Amino acid sequence: MYFFDKLMKLDRRWIFLFLVLVCVITYVIPFQIPTLMEPEVKVIYDFIDSLPPGEIVMVAIDYDPNNMAELHPMTYTIVEHCWRKNLKVLITSLSQNGPGMADQALRDLSDSLRLDRTYNGKLFKGREIVRGVDYCFLGYKPYFALVILGMGQDFRLPFPNDYYGSPLDSLPMMQGVYNYDDVACVVDISGGNITDYWISYGQNRFNFPLALGLTGVMTAQYYPFLGSGQVFGIMGGLLGASQYEELADNPGLAKDGMRVQLYAHMVIIVFIVVGNVGFFMDRRKRKFQQEAR
Amino acid sequence: MKRQLPLFLVFIFGLFMIFQYFVPHETSEWVYEFLLDWILVIGIFALALGIWSLYLVSADKIRFRKPNWGYSYVTLAGLFVMIIFGFTAPVGESWGWYFVFVAAVLLTIGMIIQAMVASSAKGLYLGLAGLCLAVAVLVAVFDPAWGFFFRSTEGLQSTMFRAFFDHVMMPILATMFSLLAFFIASAAYRAFRARNLLASLLLVAALIVMLRFNPYLSPIFGDYVARTSNWLMNVPNLAAQRAIVIGIGLGIVSTALKVILGIERGYMGKG
Repeated sequence: MYFFDKLMKLDRRWIFLFLVLVCVITYVIPFQIPTLMEPEVKVIYDFIDSLPPGEIVMVAIDYDPNNMAELHPMTYTIVEHCWRKNLKVLITSLSQNGPGMADQALRDLSDSLRLDRTYNGKLFKGREIVRGVDYCFLGYKPYFALVILGMGQDFRLPFPNDYYGSPLDSLPMMQGVYNYDDVACVVDISGGNITDYWISYGQNRFNFPLALGLTGVMTAQYYPFLGSGQVFGIMGGLLGASQYEELADNPGLAKDGMRVQLYAHMVIIVFIVVGNVGFFMDRRKRKFQQEAR
Repeated sequence: MKRQLPLFLVFIFGLFMIFQYFVPHETSEWVYEFLLDWILVIGIFALALGIWSLYLVSADKIRFRKPNWGYSYVTLAGLFVMIIFGFTAPVGESWGWYFVFVAAVLLTIGMIIQAMVASSAKGLYLGLAGLCLAVAVLVAVFDPAWGFFFRSTEGLQSTMFRAFFDHVMMPILATMFSLLAFFIASAAYRAFRARNLLASLLLVAALIVMLRFNPYLSPIFGDYVARTSNWLMNVPNLAAQRAIVIGIGLGIVSTALKVILGIERGYMGKG
């Protein structure tokens, strides 16, 4: 019983150390893990993949660096998928640090799109991504509910200029593009309650197709909207991002991160099981001691 | 009058926003857009208030030497450094005397804060602040290598602003959030115990959802774990979440009505 006593009182620093070792080892040593698909993610991929070239996909980068491990890979894989398909991307950021995240993603992806790449057996020639032609970054405005409502009237109402200061009317991509009626869908990638406003003030009022990219802990909360049809797809956490990368045949940040997450989860599960074994053995010992008295 | 006017305004505009939703007339849309613009403009003032409040709280901590007062200098330095980098940027390849300007502005602000919080030698600090300010003004006037960008976003794209965001802000925030994983692991080990039936159900459901897309389990269990997990998410979870969402929705409607009708007056502060 001495062992189980020690197990019950295990110093949490041992747990931290074990978790660090698992995370570092699985990140440093590259190996592939198979990805199992969820229909909620596949429906987003299929929707974007079926759009004809020239259509506009609106991506709302509504997260801060806190959530970048889970949500940044979603932005990368979706925007790259759109650009490889010659779709145009309209980007907005309704969280304070969102513009920095969007700016970084746009810089990295613009570089990456210059290279020839093969996805799902099809060669995509590298090309220059041009601001105002391939994408328009609207930037940030405070009070996201009002901005979402305003964009439903006209994107020019909250954003007369794009993030770089050019009037929207001067951008080729924005000619004849006024509000949500002119975009094929909105993908909200969010780590907070902005998603609620996209659903209630955006989709509910203006009735556009809305897909969500959420952190793992938020995912269960938004399943009712999937069931009600207000949301047509959900990418949940790093797993959702890795599933999208798998579908787009574009392994990147999420597939790398999933290796770590999978093993970290298994470690946590092992700790939970060990903790429960210790708990039951301890309870049994006390029961025996009580009976002995 | 002081109390009636806000109540009257809330009542009128609240009713207008309700009816406007159902009236797709041009005039109604125009008033609605006008109001949205107004709310955004009013909201910007909150930003200024926020910055002023942060300054006051930090200065107060320094003045009264409250616990961890030293970090308040870091907070204020971070605030002003990002503001300076956001509004200024080099014009060409050369940086010129840009960093002398940044250092002079920061020292000016630092000296002014010191003068406000110090109990003695206030004059010395103010004098030093004046000297630093003179240096900053001289550099700003005579150095053509960089400029101010108050009405455009060049500053937000400057190397320094991006470098501080990419290499300071991002790692700090990401690290803070990543620490959660360790606390969750430790908390799960200590607290996630099958003490009774409900706790056992929660434990089993959590394990199934965590394991649902574990590729190493599918050869053993087939798609049983994934199907069970999908059922948990789509049936019990959906039912509970839907009840919560509907409850919240009804709560929002009733609170909004209470505010419009003047029953709920918390937004007016005291009274």
